[in-house]
Amino acid sequence: MQNQNAEKAETQPEETGRPAKTTLSARSLSKVYGSGALAIRALDNVDFDLYEGELVVLLGASGSGKSTLLNIIGGLDRPTSGKVFFDGTEITAFDDSALTRYRRDHVGFVFQFYNLVPSLTAEENVALVTEIAADPMSPADALRLVGLGGRLTHFPAQLSGGEQQRVAIARAIAKRPRVLLCDEPTGALDSQTGVIVLEAVERINRELGTTTALITHNVGIAAMADRVIRLADGAIQDVSVNTDKIAASEIRW
Amino acid sequence: MHPLDRKLLRDLWHLKGQVLAIAVVIATGVGVMVQSLGAIQSLQATADAYYERYRFADVFCHLKRAPKSLVPRLADIPGVQTVEPRIVEYATLDIAGFEEPATALLSSLPERGKPLLNQLALQSGRLVDLAKPEEVVVNEKFAAAQDLTLGDTVQAVINTQKRTLRIVGIALSPEHTYAIGPGALMPDDKRYAIFWMGERALAGAFDLDGAFNDVTLTLLPHTPPEGVIQRLDRILAPYGGSGAYARKDQISNWFLMSEIDQLATMARLLPSIFLIVAAFLTNMVVDRLIATERGVIGLLKAFGYSDLEVGWHYMKLVMVIALIGVVLGSFLGAGLGQWTTSIYAQMYSFPFLLFRPLPDSFLIAGGLSLLAAMVGTASAVRRAVRLAPAEAMRPPAPPSFSRSYLAQTGLARLLDQPTRMIFRQVFRWPLRSGLTVIGIGMSVAVLIMALQWIDSINRLIDVYFVAAQRQDVTVSLTEVRPPSVMRDFENLPGVLAVEGQRNLDVRAHLGPRNKRMQISGLPARQGLYLVYDDAGGAIDLPPDGLVISTKLAEILGAKTGDRIELEVLEGQRPIVEVPVVRVFNTFIGYPAYMRLEAINRMMHETNVVNTVHLRIDPNQQAALFARLKDMPHVSSVTLRQAAIDIFNETMAKTVLVFVGMFAGFASALAIGVVYNSARIALSERGRELATLRVIGFTRFEISYILLGQSLLLTVMALPVGCLIGNWLALGMAKSFDTELYRIPAVIEPSSFGYAMLVTLAAAAISALMVRRRLDRLDLIAVLKTRE
Repeated sequence: MQNQNAEKAETQPEETGRPAKTTLSARSLSKVYGSGALAIRALDNVDFDLYEGELVVLLGASGSGKSTLLNIIGGLDRPTSGKVFFDGTEITAFDDSALTRYRRDHVGFVFQFYNLVPSLTAEENVALVTEIAADPMSPADALRLVGLGGRLTHFPAQLSGGEQQRVAIARAIAKRPRVLLCDEPTGALDSQTGVIVLEAVERINRELGTTTALITHNVGIAAMADRVIRLADGAIQDVSVNTDKIAASEIRW
Repeated sequence: MHPLDRKLLRDLWHLKGQVLAIAVVIATGVGVMVQSLGAIQSLQATADAYYERYRFADVFCHLKRAPKSLVPRLADIPGVQTVEPRIVEYATLDIAGFEEPATALLSSLPERGKPLLNQLALQSGRLVDLAKPEEVVVNEKFAAAQDLTLGDTVQAVINTQKRTLRIVGIALSPEHTYAIGPGALMPDDKRYAIFWMGERALAGAFDLDGAFNDVTLTLLPHTPPEGVIQRLDRILAPYGGSGAYARKDQISNWFLMSEIDQLATMARLLPSIFLIVAAFLTNMVVDRLIATERGVIGLLKAFGYSDLEVGWHYMKLVMVIALIGVVLGSFLGAGLGQWTTSIYAQMYSFPFLLFRPLPDSFLIAGGLSLLAAMVGTASAVRRAVRLAPAEAMRPPAPPSFSRSYLAQTGLARLLDQPTRMIFRQVFRWPLRSGLTVIGIGMSVAVLIMALQWIDSINRLIDVYFVAAQRQDVTVSLTEVRPPSVMRDFENLPGVLAVEGQRNLDVRAHLGPRNKRMQISGLPARQGLYLVYDDAGGAIDLPPDGLVISTKLAEILGAKTGDRIELEVLEGQRPIVEVPVVRVFNTFIGYPAYMRLEAINRMMHETNVVNTVHLRIDPNQQAALFARLKDMPHVSSVTLRQAAIDIFNETMAKTVLVFVGMFAGFASALAIGVVYNSARIALSERGRELATLRVIGFTRFEISYILLGQSLLLTVMALPVGCLIGNWLALGMAKSFDTELYRIPAVIEPSSFGYAMLVTLAAAAISALMVRRRLDRLDLIAVLKTRE
């Protein structure tokens, strides 16, 4: 079944007419926690590609392996077996400092719980990243992109949940990453605020062309994706191309 | 086992690093206290038992000569229990293979049986055979220092006659636990000996047949010595009594008691500091623990656990940590106490040593520690049980920060974000940061307090032995000699300069107060042995009147212009009134000076001296020493350099050992505080730091953020510690104001430097320990779970 999925995934670009350039690809990824009888297969021989500029939604129930997959391609975790390539370079062969450099230069993360530094203002939280990036945009520009141009000097405690999450997005994209990985970015938000956050993600993907993978268990969000990948029990169940993609602002749940 | 208790054990295991760090801090507090109290108690118990078992006298008096028929009159003084007359004199020794002359205190053993008082604890050999005048018993320290054993012989000049003495016994005496020579500050076992000889032999040598020149007495229980001393002085005055004194003024006992006092000061001050810091640390970690336990507390309360049960649970956690500390500290303290006491056993010659730390030292230390830990915990626990269950189960709101005025200035723009995080973190919790700063500062302060001892003692040596003394050799004469004696000394080989001094035993009276003391007569402008003010330098003596030390002024309640009545205790024993013309500062003793001519005028004598200071040519030292050994009328020879060496050596054996011990304690303290504050910061900010790692920060960069905070706090603590240390050192110096010593409160810049360096090193070590944990941060887990 995995092979079937893989074939499907590979044939996808031709079907959508997108350029076939692969930003990230994973081959035969497996992740096993524990050992022996107690071993849990979080990922089971998964093949996965992320094409340049697309917005992919990874759908699945909790425990389906979607976060594990995201962590591995984001350079946060290592697979038990299998390989991940970024622009043709195998990141699974990287040592720790090379992985850190990969994350620093190419990957933007957005988390469910924002993970802002409480002692820094919105602008400073973004500056945290721009200071170590090679070619960043200004923190103020990044915040304007997510609609927070007027909130530069606010501390996390002075911002709403949605605003905090948008600061997190600004922080993730300010360094102009090649890949933006969002793990349940709306998980802690109500629907109205969640939509505003999704609009920000959509805008980044559209305007900056950042390849984006977004994890959610919320089926409604899948409507804004170029492609939707469903995971269950550590394996890819199904990959579908969204022919009638809608704008984030139209999503309701 | 109750699940809560199981949780307690798991929490303890989870926090083991911090548990150990706090326990170590508590243990140092308990350890110092058990050690100090234990040593005091052991020393006191040993001294008491020794004094009682060997019948140490209560009152002492030296005189010129009195017939033994006087003894019953002395025994009749109300309150007197036992009287023992004896002969005590000095002799110069010539020891084979030892170039310098040594001095022996000769003390007679009675004709029949053992001495009644001040009995000897024979370590080897036997008491002397009265039929053999050449036999002596020597004190153990001298025998050991000079490598003398039973059967060895020593040459001595006893009252101008050269004699060969044979050692038949080696002994200890309660009178000489601290065997200190005339005018010395430290026991010099190579150059100062106690010789016990048969009474007949000494009476023959000093022409004291049927007479005595020294007497010791014991009193009936609860008899104050003052009345007895007064009557004794009155009876002995016609016999040249030089003023009786009580046991507390007896030199060996005086030193011993000063030492015990000194330890008592340490037992009060140092453990208190350690306990305060331990309480603070306990408070910090428990507070933090309870912050992370919010959800659990809410859950427990939702299940129906009462506030008391939840509170008791956390109280138990703290008690276990404190108990670990107390137990560790008790063992540490008992070990160190035994070690300390054994150092004292070496220094004082005790025939036995009772290491008996009373249970109270453990109880006081343990109780105080537990109390400190409990008080430190009470507020945090009270806060924990006050949380409403629903509130407790919700994640805490993000802490709010604000931009300080500083942040809005241009200066702040120079800082990068990580540095800003460090500053904001420190100033967001000013109380916690302040307490950490004080905690680390305390360890700097304790170190300064320890190191300052060396500075103070060096200053004392500089002033007392170097600035104020320019002679190389001081010779005490057996009695006053005419000025011609100076020429005798001038003619000795290698003597470059000679200066005479006359010491006079007096009892000074001013109003209701009196003090038995010595007045030294010196030339107007001294060239060798200077009257020296610690602050102002050398002092010229005025033609008339007394120049007294501030300590003596304090003892007598005297000030410039007061007329002091001097009851002279020798010669014609005149009673004269002399004005105080100047008061000066000195670190050692309570001296008083007069112009040599003025003293002699007062005594109706012409320029006699009984002490001679010499400056010598070091190349001819051997020849000079050889002559001095044979010279008549010489009772003792003191070498300035030897005194300095002994002083330094003794300090190295005692003070430096303590300095090292306190430096160790202080480092433990610094490690404990820094490690705990960094660990707390880590558990509070693990999530934040993991996020930074995820978005591409290196380990080094996040270490900078976390450890930079520790470093900033440590750097802030340095000046605070220097201030506290300075203050503690002043307090210590003040509390060491005894008749014997005043310790100058001197702190050299290098001591501040060392203290800060040691603290920084301790901080660096604990930072490294925390750094290892940073390398193991779980990047993924921290992103998923809300604390």
